[in-house]
Amino acid sequence: MDIQTPAVGDRLALTRLISEVENDQNTNLKILDECYRRSGRAHLIGVTGAPGTGKSSLVNRIARLVRSESKKTVAIVAVDPSSPFSGGAILGDRVRMRDLVGDEGVFIRSMASRGELGGLARATAAVVRVLDAAGFDLVLIETVGAGQSEIEIARLAHTTIVVECPGMGDDIQAVKAGILEIADILAVNKADLPGAETTERILRANLELGYPQAVSAKAGHGGFQEADAQSSNESWRPPVIKTVATEGTGVPEVINAISQHRDYLEKTDLFKKRDGERLQVEFEQTLSRAIMENWRNRFSKEKVECALNEVLKHQRSPASAVKELLES
Amino acid sequence: MADRKIRVLIAKPGLDGHDRGAKVIARALRDAGMEVIYTGLRQTPEMIAEAALQEDVDVIGMSILSGAHLFLVPKVIEAVKKTGLDGVGFFVGGIIPDEDAAVLKAAGVHAVYGPGTSTETVIQDVRTFASKTAGTGDAASE
Repeated sequence: MDIQTPAVGDRLALTRLISEVENDQNTNLKILDECYRRSGRAHLIGVTGAPGTGKSSLVNRIARLVRSESKKTVAIVAVDPSSPFSGGAILGDRVRMRDLVGDEGVFIRSMASRGELGGLARATAAVVRVLDAAGFDLVLIETVGAGQSEIEIARLAHTTIVVECPGMGDDIQAVKAGILEIADILAVNKADLPGAETTERILRANLELGYPQAVSAKAGHGGFQEADAQSSNESWRPPVIKTVATEGTGVPEVINAISQHRDYLEKTDLFKKRDGERLQVEFEQTLSRAIMENWRNRFSKEKVECALNEVLKHQRSPASAVKELLES
Repeated sequence: MADRKIRVLIAKPGLDGHDRGAKVIARALRDAGMEVIYTGLRQTPEMIAEAALQEDVDVIGMSILSGAHLFLVPKVIEAVKKTGLDGVGFFVGGIIPDEDAAVLKAAGVHAVYGPGTSTETVIQDVRTFASKTAGTGDAASE
């Protein structure tokens, strides 16, 4: 193939390139460069939250509504966990995304986390870049069911939606550090279940702790109205939106908040800044990985095994074994 | 370095709602280190082909207990071919009479599994198939 990145409609070439990138199979660097040059246009939207809160269902509805209301194309990257024991994975997010079947403007790809702990796979950013370069307008990135510290998504996405649902813990859970801190938009999904009001109140109260000067006179109104009020001053205050993803309730408000957040990012130049921060991290991670592989190849397998054996036999501490290996 | 995994799509074409077999196989393949994309019940051939394309799978496993295998399986194979995806292995499990199994194999199915098949057999077959088609040499180690 010539140096050309696949376009939205070029699904076979697209899927093959994604596989190459995911598997790090010495992809032609010129293709990667070309992808890179073409990327940077798509709005990357992360969707994260605990397992079972309804991330996939919400992604499904967001994509469906965006497709029915506009000509924007949508790619979805859904990450599920790999088993730490077998390395295998069951990727089941498509089960909730059946509404999108047959739409040429939608591309869904499942990824296994392959041992990464941040809620994404190592290659997720690279796969997203291929989809961005192909010309998808929105890329929705669904993380592994995440708890309190899987926050890689905030680095990758321009806009991060954290999905909560009723019954997930009290207000102390909410003030702990963690994924609530990375939310640009908070969705209280399954809002038809008892306890939704309480969850919403806790989240709002928690936000007020972070933005004490703007004590909300508007609490109780639709979240994105608040977002509107504040986009005039400089900081973004995450709206709290009640949704019932299976029925589509609240989804228009979420989409509204997404586009308001994008406006905010562009107005404040954060769109570019976030890209820059992410690329710096990606560059450094790639560099350290390459250096590590390079170094490891310099050691003979026997030497490493020999050192390991001494450790296993309790003859030598790991620290001293490694030190000797490095100095040998 | 390449850490390619075998990717398998497990699908339930047609209208029967018995997915226990599909889930057992999905789980067994996961435990054998493969990445299994599970699409849920009541899939049309077109849905299966689209998922196979987007996920770039090596193998499609279909579980059919409705008796409609002679109708559905060739349609799935045809739909997948239409996408341009080549080298995909088709495996079928379910209640399939021997004479039908022969027809399915002639239509391009790699293997047909009836009740009582051990998951080990399926795992081995999928591995063997994937290593043969991997081609590039660095693929399908585990």
